[in-house]
Amino acid sequence: MASRKEGTGSAATSSSSTTGAAGKGKGKAGSGDSAVKQVQIDGLVVLKIIKHYQEEGQGTEVVQGVLLGLVVEDRLEITNCFPFPQHTEDDADFDEVQYQMEMMRSLRHVNIDHLHVGWYQSTYYGSFVTRALLDSQFSYQHAIEESVVLIYDPIKTAQGSLSLKAYRLTPKLMEVCKEKDFSPEALKKGNITFEHMFEEVPIVIKNSHLINVLMWELEKKSAVADKHELLSLASSHLGKTLQLLMDRVDEMSQDIVKYNTYMRNTSKQQQQKHQYQQRRQQENMQRQSRGEPPLPEEDLSKLFKPHQPPARMDSLLIAGQINTYCQNIKEFTAQNLGKLFMAQALQEYNS
Amino acid sequence: MATPAVPPSTPPATPTETPAAASDPAPAPSPASVSAPAPAPVPAPTPAPASSSDPAAAAATTAAPGQTPASAPAPAQAPAQSLPGPALPGPFPGGRVVRLHPVILASIVDSYERRNEGAARVIGTLLGTVDKHSVEVTNCFSVPHNESEDEVAVDMEFAKNMYELHKKVSPNELILGWYATGHDITEHSVLIHEYYSREAPNPIHLTVDTSLQNGRMSIKAYVSTLMGVPGRTMGVMFTPLTVKYAYYDTERIGVDLIMKTCFSPNRVIGLSSDLQQVGGASARIQDALSTVLQYAEDVLSGKVSADNTVGRFLMSLVNQVPKIVPEDFETMLNSNINDLLMVTYLANLTQSQIALNEKLVNL
Repeated sequence: MASRKEGTGSAATSSSSTTGAAGKGKGKAGSGDSAVKQVQIDGLVVLKIIKHYQEEGQGTEVVQGVLLGLVVEDRLEITNCFPFPQHTEDDADFDEVQYQMEMMRSLRHVNIDHLHVGWYQSTYYGSFVTRALLDSQFSYQHAIEESVVLIYDPIKTAQGSLSLKAYRLTPKLMEVCKEKDFSPEALKKGNITFEHMFEEVPIVIKNSHLINVLMWELEKKSAVADKHELLSLASSHLGKTLQLLMDRVDEMSQDIVKYNTYMRNTSKQQQQKHQYQQRRQQENMQRQSRGEPPLPEEDLSKLFKPHQPPARMDSLLIAGQINTYCQNIKEFTAQNLGKLFMAQALQEYNS
Repeated sequence: MATPAVPPSTPPATPTETPAAASDPAPAPSPASVSAPAPAPVPAPTPAPASSSDPAAAAATTAAPGQTPASAPAPAQAPAQSLPGPALPGPFPGGRVVRLHPVILASIVDSYERRNEGAARVIGTLLGTVDKHSVEVTNCFSVPHNESEDEVAVDMEFAKNMYELHKKVSPNELILGWYATGHDITEHSVLIHEYYSREAPNPIHLTVDTSLQNGRMSIKAYVSTLMGVPGRTMGVMFTPLTVKYAYYDTERIGVDLIMKTCFSPNRVIGLSSDLQQVGGASARIQDALSTVLQYAEDVLSGKVSADNTVGRFLMSLVNQVPKIVPEDFETMLNSNINDLLMVTYLANLTQSQIALNEKLVNL
């Protein structure tokens, strides 16, 4: 029993010391403005994310979970993760915060890093740039400076290669979100374009020696993979991605139409204001020439209510999403072109 | 620990309680203090009665007839080779095959690396599903425990709590058994196995040899069977099971990628770009083809005797290459290339469009 108490005692002291360091991780020494330059993931985390999606995430539902780890200089090390249950409507009494706290408390008992460093989410064909993701990532990044969101694309992975990307919000976007001011002026001031919303952080995978030993064991014992999806020439997923892209472009064009109407309305309003002012002046001059008191200046803003500018954040998000789709498509076509040329070379060799 | 405990939100909106959760670091230290006393009393009641009485009978055989009623009838007759049979109720049908997912083994190795000072091994619970022919283990979590010369204490309360939490995510998983690192089955294993047989009928015991005896990490699975002379005190014997590895497709791909760290000097790899992946996959096929060619040459030169099944596979392999008229192939190739080029062009066009739109709006 003594050793157990020691174990929990040290856990308690380590947690209090991290409370003192504002939860920034045991290894972190620097100030808060150093962005994360690299994300280092344990092999275990990758396997867990894959398994979580495979078992619980069929269909268009996204699966989510929490990443645990620590920060070492400018590197974010992710050493473990746990999944979050799906949100079901009939589960009203399910307390997420409590689930999270319990999970982290229990993991602390078995010496697993219990520091929150981010979250992961699966995505459907690469469509993850949504308002919800932005809000979640903002609240994470606001609370924990170095947090990232890992986007796992299961369909692309099934095509042959692991698709895992880590994103953070750029500092500019963080500032805008902090103000909670998404009006066009603020966005223009911040000089935010859709390319500068998310920054991708490079990922490396690191394993300990013992896990390497395990991998050798597995390789000896398990059968060679009999599916080489990566080399298949079919491009069915391309069609789906293009369809999603078209939907987004439609939304974007609607957005543009709205913006154009707004611009037109504003300029018409300006003209009307101008005309009104001119008429007023003329009347006043006439009255002066007739010796009557001039009409009072009326508050123009009450007569001509300014139009609301359309929200710019949504169009930024749509633009960002279109950008992601286009990049995915380009990657995919590059791969396929390579494969086609290989097939051509083989055919020429045969004939 | 000022973790803000922010739950990620999904489109069916859930409130992100950032201010409420972040503003009270008070609950964070208190779990640390609350949990310290909590595990301490719990191991005392459950293991104390069992362990105080059993170490007295300190030999490897302990009496456990009441605990494993399920396994009592059938295995008592023929533990080594009994077929499933209707006499064996419970989730383990005696199909003798355990299918493991790699995530379990990685998890076990990871918890072994994080064990407490002085602990020689770690144990934990195995979760998974059962079907008619085999048992599939898909998840696991480690359970804190204390082991000394003559007694062992397992925090079963913790195990129950963790199982409840896990069930919220995957409601289909059942407790299948438990695992331990180390290469031997000790007396304490028998006790722990007994605890687990209260949770699950006929639990499986998995050992992962992290001490690398014989230079290998051997992974073995056992189920317990009774043995001994009927009518006297029954002993417990662990009979081995076949272990197979099951992979989902995506898991296979993930494992292949992770395996690459074995070859890099500081055990670090980056995710490769698209064309590199194609290159890697074709290199693998090239290796496989050269192995096959080597085998064919050996057979032809008489070094290796021919095997009919392999020959049949080879023939089906060669016949799978489709025979296409060159002109048809040319047209197919060209149309595919044109499609891809067009898509690339459209994607680039779209990107420049939105960039332009951005510039215009910001005027």
